Amino acid sequence: MLAYTIRRLGQSLFVLAVMSLIVFLGVYAIGDPIELLVNPQADAVERARAATALGLDRPILEQYWTFLQQASRGHLGTSFVYNVPAVQLILEKLPATFELALAAMVIAITFGIPLGLYAGLHPDSLAGRAIMAISIVGFSLPTFWVGLVLIMVFAVQLGILPPNGRGETVSLLGIPVSFLTVDGLKHLALPAFNLALLKLSLLIRLTRASTREAILQDYIKFARAKGLAPRRVIGVHLLKNILIPIVTVIGLELGSVIAFAIITESIFAWPGTGKLLIDSINQLDRPVIVAYLLVIVTIFITINFLVDLLYSVLDPRVRLGGAAAA
Amino acid sequence: MAPESDSSWKRLAAEFAESRLAMLGLMLLTVVVTLALLAPWVSPQNPYDLGQIDIMDSKLAPGEASASGKTYWLGTDDQGRDMVSGIFYGLRISLMVGVTSTIFAVAIGLAMGLAAAYFGGWVDTVIMRIVDIQLSFPAILIALVLLAVLGQGVGKIIFALVTVQWAYYARTVRSSALVERQKEYIEAAKVLALSQPRIVFRHLLPNCLPPLIVVATVQVAHAISLEAALSFLGVGLPITEPSLGLLISNGFQYLLSGKYWISFYPGLALLVTIMAINLVADQLRDILNPRLRK
Repeated sequence: MLAYTIRRLGQSLFVLAVMSLIVFLGVYAIGDPIELLVNPQADAVERARAATALGLDRPILEQYWTFLQQASRGHLGTSFVYNVPAVQLILEKLPATFELALAAMVIAITFGIPLGLYAGLHPDSLAGRAIMAISIVGFSLPTFWVGLVLIMVFAVQLGILPPNGRGETVSLLGIPVSFLTVDGLKHLALPAFNLALLKLSLLIRLTRASTREAILQDYIKFARAKGLAPRRVIGVHLLKNILIPIVTVIGLELGSVIAFAIITESIFAWPGTGKLLIDSINQLDRPVIVAYLLVIVTIFITINFLVDLLYSVLDPRVRLGGAAAA
Repeated sequence: MAPESDSSWKRLAAEFAESRLAMLGLMLLTVVVTLALLAPWVSPQNPYDLGQIDIMDSKLAPGEASASGKTYWLGTDDQGRDMVSGIFYGLRISLMVGVTSTIFAVAIGLAMGLAAAYFGGWVDTVIMRIVDIQLSFPAILIALVLLAVLGQGVGKIIFALVTVQWAYYARTVRSSALVERQKEYIEAAKVLALSQPRIVFRHLLPNCLPPLIVVATVQVAHAISLEAALSFLGVGLPITEPSLGLLISNGFQYLLSGKYWISFYPGLALLVTIMAINLVADQLRDILNPRLRK
């Protein structure tokens, strides 16, 4: 187990190193930020001075080397636009993104698992079919269009929920959060539901499929034959077994929720990292783009690493000994 | 097994028609594709010909008639373009980008997957490790990074979509090729001393196609949806190539003032397209999956 953990950690660090090179080279190949930052009437001397000040006149490999040295100390460059450290900008926006992503996951889990369980136990009932139909529609709906419709209905037509922003926040352990105030919750409702919809559909499908498969297994038949109450058969024997794949998927999907938050944040003007990324791409603010990508890639690699470990702990059937685990 | 004779095609068609929902999907898909192909001939106007649009007609509500007596059934956008025509032309671009990127991604994924399964060893390890790493990141993130680097353009978004998609096909083809490789007909072909390319392309390949077709159908819908999302975020197609996503993005700024139709109807067209493809794909998966055969 320890050998596996170390090898898996080594792999993760390798992926991170490769990603940092790709991200750096890729992002630094975009157009010239001097064009955007310097007054269009500036002469060549002024442009050269700006380039020197930002370190853009050095050879690209030297820029990468400087970048790596700085990155190892936690500096990922200074934003061209805001003139503050890029990492600081990202970290300031990260709580908003996490809050949105977690709220979406909570919605998806609280509704997805019970609905999927019901549909799996009663696949031919009207309600079971209706749940599946909803999940198919949820899969087909493009996230950003659902966001528009939500704004159209709840903010413009009914006027009961605000269309954008984060609302009133209170400080929890020094981090501003929205979910503790009524105004904040109102602002959170639409974007969180928007982001949750896809994961909700996924969880319904997954739970339903696992339930239908598990219900035919011998241990369920045996538990029933023993005369256990249906509530106990489903609540303990069935649920315990189907939760293994579900927990894995939830873990892996947490990363993708953070990525998809880019779209939701843009629609609802939610002041998180995704909106910052899109703004930075449009303004060619390279250090912020690089910092965002590295922070996100690190989060992803950490999540994948933890889920892999958790999986081997949860399911004793997964023996990782000699197998080349990916 | 790949259907080869006429009778097995007929059987598949009959099985497909068993689901009314799938037939509805196929019907909708046919309508959407026809409208997209015939857009220049069936649209009330060419929305990108400045001679045909009138700025005085801008932001008219659905069903409203202009001063010149023309009726715009789905309203007009901020430039006075007819939304119906805009949607037909947008469908054309969205479908073109989705289908083209899928074809390229299938070709690359097929080659990589077959190579990984047939040669095994380090070829397999290298290809599948790349696939694993790539699939551990969400498609939208990879596409966003690529487009942030490359900039806007039809070729560029197709490149980005191919890059994020090939890995699914490589994985699908590899797993079915690994199963097929063990079967007797491949052994028989080897005993007959057929050439390697002949074994791979005439024997192995056709039998790996059914699962690939299913994945490809679903992926066309994903590609269209992803392109729309990227264009909505402003990193996809340029304003000269208005796909559905770009139309939606354009109407977004008027949404809060109640002018919903500029982004609502293009979104509805996008939704119908994606849903139709998914319905067809679901049924294809069921009839091509031998485990579900009655």
